[in-house]
Amino acid sequence: MNAALELGLLYGIMALGVYLTFRILNFPDLTVDGSFTTGAAVAASLIINGVPAPLATLAGAASGAVAGLVTGVLYTKGRIDGLLAGILTMIALWSINLRIMGKSNLPLLREDTMMTPLRDAGLLGGAWSILIFAVAALIIKFAIDWFLSTDLGLSIQATGNNEQMIRSLGVNTHRTTILTLAISNGLVALCGALIAQYQGFADVSMGIGLILVGLASVIVGQAVFGRRTIFLASLAVIGGAVIYRLVIFFALGAGLNPNDMKLISALLVVAALLLPRWGVLKRIPSLHQMRSVTAGSANYSKAN
Amino acid sequence: MLLIQNITKTFFPGTINERVALNDVSLQLKTGDFVTVIGSNGAGKSTLLNMISGKLPIDSGDLSIDGSSVKRMPDYARAAHVGRVFQDPMAGTAPDLSIEQNLALALRRGQRRGLSWGVTHKRRAFFREELLSLELGLENRLKARVGLLSGGQRQALSLLMASFTQPRILLLDEHTAALDPQRAELVTTLTESIVEKHHLTTLMVTHNMEQALRLGNRLIMMHEGQIILDVDSERKATMTVPDLLVEFAKIKGASLDDRALLG
Repeated sequence: MNAALELGLLYGIMALGVYLTFRILNFPDLTVDGSFTTGAAVAASLIINGVPAPLATLAGAASGAVAGLVTGVLYTKGRIDGLLAGILTMIALWSINLRIMGKSNLPLLREDTMMTPLRDAGLLGGAWSILIFAVAALIIKFAIDWFLSTDLGLSIQATGNNEQMIRSLGVNTHRTTILTLAISNGLVALCGALIAQYQGFADVSMGIGLILVGLASVIVGQAVFGRRTIFLASLAVIGGAVIYRLVIFFALGAGLNPNDMKLISALLVVAALLLPRWGVLKRIPSLHQMRSVTAGSANYSKAN
Repeated sequence: MLLIQNITKTFFPGTINERVALNDVSLQLKTGDFVTVIGSNGAGKSTLLNMISGKLPIDSGDLSIDGSSVKRMPDYARAAHVGRVFQDPMAGTAPDLSIEQNLALALRRGQRRGLSWGVTHKRRAFFREELLSLELGLENRLKARVGLLSGGQRQALSLLMASFTQPRILLLDEHTAALDPQRAELVTTLTESIVEKHHLTTLMVTHNMEQALRLGNRLIMMHEGQIILDVDSERKATMTVPDLLVEFAKIKGASLDDRALLG
């Protein structure tokens, strides 16, 4: 149970990244599956090569930001559909991640990682480490809240909300889109780097299906906790990540095996998307609504 | 101020759908000019505005603002000089952001957007004052989501956002056409007072001949991608809607379509 809470809070960082693209930018970014592993791979390789863990972790985050930048450039400058741009980067990253790691699994068991002090002090799995992870997740949450309320952050919000309008006010929406994708994947990769150190290894397949975990955290969290303000919405995302881990924890406890978890994730997202249409949990906006909004604006720009 | 020289724009060139939207159009606006543009559907009015705002590239010809060519400037860069209100009341504002956040976005038109707070106390006081001039009570709803406002309120807000930083050119693209008569009248009156207050060089497309005659100091009529009539302020002051229709029939030997007649 404690481990589920710890994991939930760590994965909350990834969910915050997904929140930035999926909700703020209105962009379904599949790069996440690749960039998460990239963060883990870069951090693990560097740690094994003797680079101090905090530095290696930051480098992992930066590598994820580069991956996001690539997706952003493909989407804006290359005019490739957003979903496809993300898939392209994700698939390419599989090979790159293997190159970085040199093999499909890098163990970190005897290395000095950011988790070592916690483990040595016997804090992991206890209330203190939960508190430390919670503080870390909240620091990032508040940083995002602040960022989104700056002039630059507002123009990013407007890019996802009404691109035509914000361009007519002088914002280069290609730049805001690329920047947001970079920040988002930077956070995802940061999470990957931390997870690798937490579980003691980096694995090339650790990111598979992660976008669903991110979406489940965002959608479930905001359905439960609401999304009226940025403050609440980003908090809900972390809450959603924790809820997701608890669901997995109880599913495992009920006798399902870890290989069933991808199915559980998919079912959770489907349920979160469909239930509101059937009148349950009305606060969840369905993908259907989102699509009609974007289709409406697309028609508008064609009409002009 | 605004100089348009021999602009041509053809849609779908080389296909059977080829359509010349603008055919060798030239137009010069002096600082403070308020020009209304009328014409039937497909006359090229909206295309002209899209050329000026940079939303669509120009095929040939040149376009300059304050003496420097902006032909190759992308739309977001041109936005530093050009404010615009769209026909769709939903198009000019971000529905999920609050009134004050929308205004903060508009306040930074053409300037670098960095990491300073978007909405400060000082800015908020300024927004309140500006909103007061709309007389819609929006100054008391700074934190309300714009999506909650009515079409008329959103259009009034769009108008404020397009104009309060005093861009060199203000483009109004049938911005009252989608509103009910009362709201349209309100936005028309606001347009008049805002343009006058800031002495904005304005180009307003409208389907409404009465409105076109009432506002501004110059009127141009477009037809099939060309400017066919240019009325100066002296003549415009005495002109009536029937006069305009007669002029149109005289030049083209055709009558305007129903929508323009009814407007």
